[in-house]
Amino acid sequence: MKILYFASFRERLKLDAETLDSAPPITGKQLLDILHSRGEHWQTVLDPDKLLFAVNQEICALDTPLDDSDEVAFFPPVTGG
Amino acid sequence: MIRIQEEDFCLQTEYDAMRRQSGARAGAICMFTGLVRDFGDQSGVESIYLEHYAGMTEKSLQSIIDKARSRWPLEAIRIIHRVGDLSLNEQIVLVGISSAHRDAAFQACQFIMDFLKREAPIWKKEISAESALWVEAKSSDLAKSEKWSDDSKSE
Repeated sequence: MKILYFASFRERLKLDAETLDSAPPITGKQLLDILHSRGEHWQTVLDPDKLLFAVNQEICALDTPLDDSDEVAFFPPVTGG
Repeated sequence: MIRIQEEDFCLQTEYDAMRRQSGARAGAICMFTGLVRDFGDQSGVESIYLEHYAGMTEKSLQSIIDKARSRWPLEAIRIIHRVGDLSLNEQIVLVGISSAHRDAAFQACQFIMDFLKREAPIWKKEISAESALWVEAKSSDLAKSEKWSDDSKSE
């Protein structure tokens, strides 16, 4: 699946997008666990209490089941306007 | 109508287009613009940078427009949000509403801004001489959009 990062997450992770293939179907929470396993920096940036999660461009709860064809995104609370 | 763009917009041009679009059905047009100011999370802001999630921003604004239309009888609705680098005093956002009556236009304009600030995937970075910092989301902005759901409960 395609994973996008925005704003402070994009800058702190030095990454705006990546593609990750997951053999068994996973949820958002399980995807976050995979990303957190990359190290402390990822755990700090992608703090579950301070992030929004979108699946196919709609805000979703982390327990949402994901499909390999999904576009998912992690970003901080929004500050436009 | 929703536009996400780097270019500035002209209030008169947008107003004229809305007036033509709504014709004699509209008795009121309410327009709001948000501007870049010199203080935010920090003082001495010299410019801002706005980033957005292309595609999702438009979807999110359309869903806010749909919510507004389900609450009030509205004619034309126009949202323009700029992205990229903006200097002090520049226009950031425009929300324009036309309706048969002013109450609906005033309220829907505020409703759309309150939800835009809470839901549209747009992020603001404040740039000063010393630093460039992403703005923190405000709990007061969350409270402003939640106020509308309290209203609907009491109705």
